Formats: sequence, structure tokens, C-alpha cells
Amino acid sequence: MKTETLYSIKDLRKCYEERCILQLQHFEIFRGEILALVGPSGAGKSSLLRMLNFLETPTEGTIEFEGFTYHSGLEAPLEIRRRVTTVFQRPVLLNRSVWDNVAFGLELRGNRDAKGEIHSALEKVGLANLARQRARTLSGGEAQRVALARALVLKPDILLMDEPTANLDPANVTIIEQIAADLNKSSGTTLVLVTHNIFQAKRLAHRISFILEGQLIELGSNHDFFTSPKDLRTKAFIGGEMVY
Amino acid sequence: MLPALTEIILLSLQVSGIALLFSTIIGIPLGAIMGLHRFKGRKLVIALLYTGMGFPPVVVGLFVYILLSRSGFLGSLNWSFIPSLFTPGAMIIAQTIISFPLVAGFTMAAVMGVDPNLRQQVISLGATSRQAVWTVLMEAKVGVMVSIIAGFGGIISEVGAVMLVGGNIEGKTRVLTTAIVLETRKGNFDLALALGGVLLLLSFIANVAMLRLQGKAFDE
Repeated sequence: MKTETLYSIKDLRKCYEERCILQLQHFEIFRGEILALVGPSGAGKSSLLRMLNFLETPTEGTIEFEGFTYHSGLEAPLEIRRRVTTVFQRPVLLNRSVWDNVAFGLELRGNRDAKGEIHSALEKVGLANLARQRARTLSGGEAQRVALARALVLKPDILLMDEPTANLDPANVTIIEQIAADLNKSSGTTLVLVTHNIFQAKRLAHRISFILEGQLIELGSNHDFFTSPKDLRTKAFIGGEMVY
Repeated sequence: MLPALTEIILLSLQVSGIALLFSTIIGIPLGAIMGLHRFKGRKLVIALLYTGMGFPPVVVGLFVYILLSRSGFLGSLNWSFIPSLFTPGAMIIAQTIISFPLVAGFTMAAVMGVDPNLRQQVISLGATSRQAVWTVLMEAKVGVMVSIIAGFGGIISEVGAVMLVGGNIEGKTRVLTTAIVLETRKGNFDLALALGGVLLLLSFIANVAMLRLQGKAFDE
């Protein structure tokens, strides 16, 4: 794989009031890769994801994204923000039909004539038959697949996924993982996946980073991460010895 | 009597309708800001808003009376766009002051009832700040509609303020509520009751119309 840098993070700190929850000296995300961020709860993974989606600014340091430098007190331009989207752990769907939820992001962009794309996105997640159903009547797994469809239909350059399969049944986990992998393979979409599940990271990711207490402990290829971790804490995490 | 009654009904609807429009224009954005943003002094503004929601209309009428009287702060300015006392304009100002805290307060509560994660997720899908606020308001539309209904209910049936600043002048500032007071005092209970019936009917029709406006939201 070519290693063209998409995000370059430098001396990043994220603090809420007095408490700093993330400190990264140097960290890069490459175009077209699937990067998994693994680590226990409260490690700062989701905060990093929100900054990669330009939803929160860093307290200190910068995130370089294709010539745009994101830093404290700066709002990302809309055209930059619209290249990235997130599938959240707990999707909040609009009180509308499944179809309207998937159409929503396109409507924000003034695109009201994309029936083909919406139908295709719903087919990909296997919910075309529920298009007219109210989104709030769906099960957790179906709701997450709608959230994935509303992201897919936007054809983002970067798809961020924050624990997208937590609390889902194995069937839904398989569907979501398959769609994510296919998207990366067919469209070259860059995927950043936050997960507790190291097996999911192993199944999907090209590179894996282990974040603990806001620090990057280890970053390596999928193979190296699991076969020859450099840090003892990574070994403990992989081996299930770390309690979290 | 019928032309006079029609005039009273139309003036009631005109005064309360315009006051409600102003209250909606002020109250919904204010409620949305209070519900969505955290800033210094927010709690104080909320406390003032809640106080405004329970403010006795007659006291509002008294304040507006003092402000608009010839020696009052606004009345002494002699600006053409500031209405004089005992005009429909003065009644609209009083009713707007009564109504907008109701609209803002109920809108704030409705907006705060929407899942706080929704706004972030909508922005993540590419919404501008304005689109995100609009989306939250649309999700809270039942509550927002209730805020408008509450605002309307608060002024269409109000008598103290319009009596003070309007003066209940026949053919000029007489509205349904002040007419009911007058007819009751004159002992014309049948007419007073009939006017009361008209007031109830108007209120009912207005509320049904607003519910229809928001489509199927109440069925969901």
C-alpha cells in the first residue's frame, strides 16, 4: 500500500477543564488504510476521533489535513468537514423514516434527487425492505446499519467508526465489518476504527495503534502488532491480562 | 350587535395574533439558544424566563402603561413607531411581553429533551451550525408547537394587561375579554356568556389549526 499521509498529528493535547485525556506527539494516518485505535475505556480514543471529524478542537498542537491546519479556536471549513463522517457507537436517528434518515446528509448538501444512491446504500446494509419504516422502531443492530447507510451515501473520503459494533449481535457485527472492509477495498475510503475488540481490529485493520491513558503506546502493522509487540503493556492488552 | 361583535372578534385575533407572531420570532430562537448553548449567566436568564412565564398580566400591563404614558420612558420620546396608550399597538406590546417567555421557556424545555448527541451526529453528517439547530428544532417540533399554543393561550384569554393599556374603548380597543368584563358589570350575563363561548371556540379553533399545521407529529 502507498503511504500517503492524510492526517498528520503533532504535539496534540486534549484537555477538558483541568484534566488532559490525550497527548500525542506525532501520529500519522495514511490515505486508503484501515487504522484501528484500540485501548481501554477512557484512553482518549473517542476524543481523537471527534477531533479527526473536526467536531472538537485540540487544546494544544495541530492536526494537518491536506493543507489545512486544525488547531485550538479554529473551526474547520465546511468543505473540509464534509469529507469526513462518523458512525457513532450509539446512533441517534431522526424521528423520520429510514429512507429520510439516509437522505438527510444529502439534503444538507442540497441534493434532493439521489433516489438511486439512497436505495443502493440501503441495499448494502440490507434494509431496503424497511425504507418506509420509522427509524425509531428499529432494533439496535438495524439502527446502526441505518447510521452506516447514512454515512455511506455521502461517499466520504474518511469514515470514522466509534465502537460501531459494541453491544450488537454477531450477525450484525459481521454485516457491518463486511461493509466496512468492502468500502475500503472498492472505494479506497480511509477508515479509522475505534474498538475495544482486538479481534475486530485484527480482522479489519491494516495498522493498529494501542492508546492507553491518553498516550500512544504502540503503532504497527496488523501482523507486527499481534506477533511482535514491542511494549509490555501492549502484550498484556493483547493477552487479555489488562483489566479494563 | 353583530357588526360590533365581529369587530371585537377581529380585533382580539389581530392583537393576539400579531403579539403571538412577535413572541414566536423572539421566543423560539431564544429558547433554542438557551436549550443548546452553555454560557455564563445562563442560569440567571433561565430564572428570569421562568419568572416571566408566571408574570401576572396585570403587572405587565402596569409596566407597559408606565412606559408608554406621556411622562414614561418610551412615551416621552415621541417616536412615531412607539404606540400610544389606549391603542391596539400598546396592547400588542403588553401581550408580546406576556407571551414570549412562555414560547421561549417551553421551546427551551423541548430542545433540551432532544438527545444531546443528535446535534453532534448531525454536524458530523455535514450540517452547518444553522442546519444543526434547525434539525434539533424539527426533532422537538411537538414541544415547539406546544410552546406556541401556550403563548397563544396565555394572551387570548388575558384581560388585565389589555384592560390597562387598551382602556376597553368601544370600536377601538375593545376585545373579547374586556367586553366580557364590561357586560358582566352591566349585568348582561347572557351576552357575557355568549362572548365567553366565542372566546373558547376561537381558542379551540386556533389550537386545532396549529395541531393540523404540524401534520402527523402528534400521532407518532
